Amino acid sequence: MSNWSSTDDVAESLQRSGYLTDPRIAQVVFLADKLEKPILAEGPAGVGKTSLALALAQATGRRLVRLQCYEGLDEAKALYEWNYHKQLLRLQSDEGKAWHEIEGDIFTEEFLLERPLLEAIRAESAVVLLIDEVDRVEMETEALLLEVLDAFQVTIPELGTVTAKDRPIVVLTSNNTRELSEALKRRCLFLHIDYPSVEREQRILLAKVPDLPDAMATKIAKTMRSIRQLAVRKAPSVSESLDWARTLLALGVEDVDAKITVGTLEVLLKYQSDIDKASRELLEP
Amino acid sequence: MIKSLGSFIGELRAVGLPVSTAEALDAAEALRVIDIADREGVREALAATLIKLPRHRAPFDVAFDVFFGNAAPAEERAEHDDTPPQGAESGVDDLIAQLAGALRSGDTAGLEAAVRRAVSRLSGFQKGRPVGGRYYLYRVMQRLEGIEEALAAGEELSGLDALLDRDDVAALLERLQAEIRREIIERLVADRGPEPVARTLREPLVEDLDLMHATRLELERVEAAVVPLARKLATRLAQRRRRGRHGRLDLRRTIRRSLAHGGALIEPQFRRPRLSKPDLVLLCDVSGSMATFARFTMQLTYAISHQFSQVRAFAFVDAVDEVTGLFGTGTDFAESMARLSSETRVVAGDGHSDYGAVFRDFAEQHGDVVTPQTTVLVTGDARTNYREDGAEVFADIAAQARSVFWLNPEARRFWDTGDSVMRKYACWCDSVDEVRTLRQLERFVEQIALPQHRPSRKLASGVLN
Ligand SMILES: Nc1ncnc2c1ncn2[C@@H]1O[C@H](COP(=O)(O)OP(=O)(O)O)[C@@H](O)[C@H]1O
Ligand SMILES: [Mg+2]
Repeated sequence: MSNWSSTDDVAESLQRSGYLTDPRIAQVVFLADKLEKPILAEGPAGVGKTSLALALAQATGRRLVRLQCYEGLDEAKALYEWNYHKQLLRLQSDEGKAWHEIEGDIFTEEFLLERPLLEAIRAESAVVLLIDEVDRVEMETEALLLEVLDAFQVTIPELGTVTAKDRPIVVLTSNNTRELSEALKRRCLFLHIDYPSVEREQRILLAKVPDLPDAMATKIAKTMRSIRQLAVRKAPSVSESLDWARTLLALGVEDVDAKITVGTLEVLLKYQSDIDKASRELLEP
Repeated sequence: MIKSLGSFIGELRAVGLPVSTAEALDAAEALRVIDIADREGVREALAATLIKLPRHRAPFDVAFDVFFGNAAPAEERAEHDDTPPQGAESGVDDLIAQLAGALRSGDTAGLEAAVRRAVSRLSGFQKGRPVGGRYYLYRVMQRLEGIEEALAAGEELSGLDALLDRDDVAALLERLQAEIRREIIERLVADRGPEPVARTLREPLVEDLDLMHATRLELERVEAAVVPLARKLATRLAQRRRRGRHGRLDLRRTIRRSLAHGGALIEPQFRRPRLSKPDLVLLCDVSGSMATFARFTMQLTYAISHQFSQVRAFAFVDAVDEVTGLFGTGTDFAESMARLSSETRVVAGDGHSDYGAVFRDFAEQHGDVVTPQTTVLVTGDARTNYREDGAEVFADIAAQARSVFWLNPEARRFWDTGDSVMRKYACWCDSVDEVRTLRQLERFVEQIALPQHRPSRKLASGVLN
């Protein structure tokens, strides 16, 4: 079951959904679809990892199921848990019954809280499953993810085993704040997304910021490249580049120069030390 | 293609890239479903299946160019070479103009043709000559010296435009160099076959660089790789601690309990209690022989510090001083290293290591920081300069701690030779590991995460006299 016939096909359909690929991204998406393997998209913040998954859902007409990871995310929040509140209420109304009578009543569908992973497995039609910022979870949860990704099958002791009808397209994202386990990486196709090339950034700008003149898009993209080379503490990403383009348009700027750039650096850089460094470089290169 | 895939993967493994059998099978599978006429597409497909760390991409690309490059024999290439034979310098100017034109206009085919010509004319390439690719690359780039000027925009630029143009030129030069390198590799492969060429191009991976002797530049690459690895170490240490920390409601226990108490559902039962974070005490030898390595251990500790309830870092040469404050959150690492040497008292005498004095000072002045919750991590080469070793004091410190790990950046075969007294400290440690490279550090990280593999410490405080 595949969604695309070639990498060009991937690129076009994602572009229609507002996402600009490069040959690497298109190839990995194509492969993930053909081989039914998860994509592990890794790279700095704001380079389009999450939006790749969103665009994939749109391009394939599939529903997006999102598991947002954070430190402390556990099985109960990722897979399922029992609604004990509701169970307790039922128990109170059933007072006096024996445990073996009650047990069958309260461990049923009605009391199950479905979390994203289970939702993706039980979906009627195939979904896109986004496991966002997986580098934030702890080892136990990573192991759980691995288990689920292996078979798309879950056993709930009280309800039995459920298996996904169609394999979801899975995208895991990581900002590489820590190295993931070998086992998880082995399971995935690895997609390193870095800051875009000048050409691609320019195309993203033109696609996302209506009314932006070509020449300004080029100049913004090149300025981004130069600032990223400055070894700043936190380099500006595509999100900042888009914000900056919108800011410049709102200010009625027609041609970007050093003075205007220095005046609007807070849009691009978060640390004062970075702003100082960039100002110096821009004013006296 | 499948056949070259086998040798290609063999080369990746020889370089030190960890390609598992499963990944090799994935790569073969990938080649069956993609368009293999598209070389860059093949490159991306193989990278996605075989390479799982960004820093492994550069060595991967080199090997890919060797095994999957256009390996048509040199004679065939020469036929496409339509420039006049070797000669006048004006020929070089023409080449520069062609290369610059193709680079500026983004004409890929034109660039490839011009690069072929440049390599034919300028590299002095000779079949069967046993020189490496770097030599030819150097020769060509030297002859093309004028290209930078040719690439810069003609008009006088100022301000932002000048800056952007400078970076344009730098990017184009990098592109040119990559193209020339690729062309030379292809010629070498046509001449000698891929395996021998690949062998001459191997470079140590970041994880295999010797940390004691790394150059400044290499160390920067190491530092970039340390942070994610350190966090992995931290999560592993945290995992040991937190095993089942999650205080989830256990409904069955709640109910059984309440049934036993007459059915009132009053006292929810939670699974497993919360444990507290351990403390970490780092003792770091920063003497001359250890300076490079110290940089690295300090960075390691700095990166994992937030995983511990408390981290105290101490540096020493022939005296010991606390450096904790220097490496807290929000500090700049490079700056902290500079302050370490200027602001702390780690040298009292002649600046040569004195383990005996250091352990004694530590026990006297800071002994109370080590408690049964403390993990002590010592980094040092255990070279005493033939001074007192202070092993009995070290034993007392170790006896107070929860666990003690020692990382020694010297090759194991040199331990206990000359003034090294590693053995004397080793018996008080949970483990002593040779950590000369990131790879070894990673192994230490893996092992520390598996409590059942921890040898139990031979606790015998006071046995030494
Ligand atoms: N290739 C792209 N095409 C279109 N928009 C992009 C692309 N890459 C990044 N963006 C935009 O950049 C912003 C940040 O992207 P996001 O996916 O949130 O980054 P990440 O998940 O990598 O941190 C979004 O507004 C997104 O629309
Ligand atoms: Mg994101």
